Amino acid sequence: MVSKEARSELISVVGEKWFLDSPNELYVYSYDATPLYQAMPDAVVIPGSVEELSAVLRIANQRGINIVPRGSGTNLCGGTVPLEGGIVLNINRLNKIKEIDQDNLTATFGPGVITADLHKAVEAVGLFYPPDPGSMRISTMGGNVAECAGGMRGLKYGVTKDYIMGLEMVLPTGEILQVGGKNAKDVAGYDLTKLLVGSEGTLAVVTEITAKLLPLPDAKQTMVAYYRSLTDAARTVQRVIANRIIPATMEFLDNATMQVVEDFARIGLPLDMEAMLLIEQDGSQSQVERDMERIAEICRQEGAAEVRLAQTADEAAGLMAARRAALSALARMRPTTILEDATVPRSRLAEMVEQVNRIAKKYDVQICTFGHAGDGNLHPTCMTDERDKEEIHRVEQAFEEIFLAAMKLGGTITGEHGVGVAKAKYLDLRVGSAGVELMKRIKQAFDPNGIMNPGKMFAKDTRRRVVVKSCECGHEHATEHEA
Amino acid sequence: MDEIMNCMQCGFCLPACPTYRETGKESASPRGRIALMKGVAEQKLPADDEFEQNMYLCLGCRACETACPAGVPYGSLVETAREVVESTKKQSESPSFVRKLIFEKVFPYPERLQTLGTLLWGAQAAGLQSLAQKTGLMKLLPRPMAEMQQAVDRVASPMERRKREPVMKPETSPPALRIGLFTGCIMDVMFYEINQATARVLVKAGCEVMFVDNQVCCGALHAHAGEKDGAVELAKRNIEAFEQSGVDYVVNNAGGCGAALKEYHHWFHDDPEWKQRALNFVAKVRDANELLAELPEITFTKSLAMRVTYQDSCHLAHGQGVRNQPRQLLRSIPGVEYLELNRADSCCGSAGIYNITNYEMSMQILDEKMDDVQETKADVVVTSNPGCLLQMKHGVNRAGLAGRMEALHIMELLDRAL
Repeated sequence: MVSKEARSELISVVGEKWFLDSPNELYVYSYDATPLYQAMPDAVVIPGSVEELSAVLRIANQRGINIVPRGSGTNLCGGTVPLEGGIVLNINRLNKIKEIDQDNLTATFGPGVITADLHKAVEAVGLFYPPDPGSMRISTMGGNVAECAGGMRGLKYGVTKDYIMGLEMVLPTGEILQVGGKNAKDVAGYDLTKLLVGSEGTLAVVTEITAKLLPLPDAKQTMVAYYRSLTDAARTVQRVIANRIIPATMEFLDNATMQVVEDFARIGLPLDMEAMLLIEQDGSQSQVERDMERIAEICRQEGAAEVRLAQTADEAAGLMAARRAALSALARMRPTTILEDATVPRSRLAEMVEQVNRIAKKYDVQICTFGHAGDGNLHPTCMTDERDKEEIHRVEQAFEEIFLAAMKLGGTITGEHGVGVAKAKYLDLRVGSAGVELMKRIKQAFDPNGIMNPGKMFAKDTRRRVVVKSCECGHEHATEHEA
Repeated sequence: MDEIMNCMQCGFCLPACPTYRETGKESASPRGRIALMKGVAEQKLPADDEFEQNMYLCLGCRACETACPAGVPYGSLVETAREVVESTKKQSESPSFVRKLIFEKVFPYPERLQTLGTLLWGAQAAGLQSLAQKTGLMKLLPRPMAEMQQAVDRVASPMERRKREPVMKPETSPPALRIGLFTGCIMDVMFYEINQATARVLVKAGCEVMFVDNQVCCGALHAHAGEKDGAVELAKRNIEAFEQSGVDYVVNNAGGCGAALKEYHHWFHDDPEWKQRALNFVAKVRDANELLAELPEITFTKSLAMRVTYQDSCHLAHGQGVRNQPRQLLRSIPGVEYLELNRADSCCGSAGIYNITNYEMSMQILDEKMDDVQETKADVVVTSNPGCLLQMKHGVNRAGLAGRMEALHIMELLDRAL
């Protein structure tokens, strides 16, 4: 709850215009891009400077008001849903690109800067910020840092954490802290910069970001390969990398996704194929050409029925459009689209895809799989209807089994979306109970009053799902237990 | 309700939305508005004043529909939301005088609009406009109206209007096509000459052009303002008028009207007979740019040495998907250097009567638009809808570009080169 006194204190900090608590305003900050989660905040505050933000946190900390930091609300783990009320703290006004340092190859900017705008600004001077999450046209860099966003270039270039060199953050107690910076080498103490990346708004609020930039590659080529067998496609991914070629992008679409994309976009995908790979390489012209030739050869050796190199930029864009159309096409099928984020080491990719298909059949739910094959990061996506409670129950069971299957293959419960609320109950499966306890103690050190994004990352209730192994048949299933 | 449910809340619409860009507030975004509609539909929120304001802050430009991966028909959702607001209000209070005047007493009656045109012409002819400005009489008008009227061109005199020939025939016979020009309500009063120019261009392209009797306002403004009954009535009269005319195509030069004409069938959900007649009508509707692009290229006789940029009409680009045709036509004019406008398909803030009802927001959006327009260093900014044209003319004045830059309807520019 935000008391009358707290309300007027907050208004005196940010001004009436940027303190919102009318019913409509509260309602529109009760959700993010994650289906099935919604909860009302008590107020929305949109500070215009780090000083204002610090004052807001101090007031909240003193009065025990929860804080949910939020950018554009495009995340897919329920990370910005105010589960336990309190203040939604929107960072969108801190959106200035302060510096593009062409000598040190860094950019320094506010957390409200839109990812695509950062791309544009640095590319204008021949530089390159590689992470490109699917939502980059609207996601904020602050949100990317909080969730450690990935994207289609993860294979060659890594993800957000690989580019964040320094941060300014405000602790829940209101102190403003600088960590990291422009030094390429810096081992003074714990790496608090990296700790904050992917901390999901549970530790502090980022107010300034310094990111590493690369020179923009000279050339880029795009290729598509169609396969009659899922395993052949997956093996191609392994073989390409085993041959010491790291493409910028290696994307995967299964037959179910291809069917849906074709139904919607009519771009002539061969529907008798089981899977397709979409491959991009960038770098110097000669290197790109050489790599693409070798990749094409590997594709054919591994049983690709057809391999096509885009001859023009338009053709390349057309091929990429097929991948980008995947989510849109799926979203048009049924009212609710649940995009998940299971990840395995790339050598287990084929097994994982087969597991997803088996599980979808078992629970009689419609799941299409596409994703970043090169990183082993798959997005099994379920088309369902949140109003059908019985079906949603089966969907939840299916996803639980998918996460367990990924874990069994040495994978993880989330590759790039984050834990948030959606996967809080699975965290200990991945990091173990000692891991969870250590993480909780870290949180305690940053946030002694527990006001930062409560209910996220760590499951709050004592009832949680644990895995029971049934030794005879060797497969796992989940059941509810008192922990 | 199903259409509301289709919104997957991904937020891809946010960067496309002018009011979100201006305010940075979720409530001013398409995703936010759809969430609010869902809240009202599920009776978690009342259809109160705050909801009304949020629904009416939307320009209805439909740029979000182009951006939406899930294909949510936002335009019709916001119209339905406004209907809910208006019907809730009607139960409790009588509609405002201005609304009543506009929607019930003026738009449905072409002759009253003509009378208004005559009055406007009379006032202009008598120099009342400048007199009013000098004497401070203008201060009596609400500021938005007072400012906007400065952008109005000289309107056609009653005499000029009486000279209109009901049918214009091309030199080549038989004509390639017989088309009925949809003259529109405001278009035909304030921009009479643009309708005449459109007719001349179409005739040059080999069409026989008819000014079909008994046609009325398209109803778009009614529909956008939640006055569905009025809109449906007007649609029926138009369908009847063009059925009787026997033309091959119904051609219009106003993106907003065109989008409404092409969606008439959506207005007759529970009326199978009228729905079929509407579908037949819709099949014949073409924007002038769209039709001209399908016809053999016009041979222009004059060269226009000027730099030209193009501001999309939202309802032509996002509503009807007509984007390339006007650009191609502009490039086909001898002498014209075409310059693409940054964010050309982002709304100029005109949006029907939005620049009157939401003046501040409209001007904020317009000023940003004019920055982009100035950057092109064009001599002419071309539009394809009367509302946008008026707004851009006003924008030219506001930006202090009068005398250096012109705002023209695309048909005027084509006509100049005939």
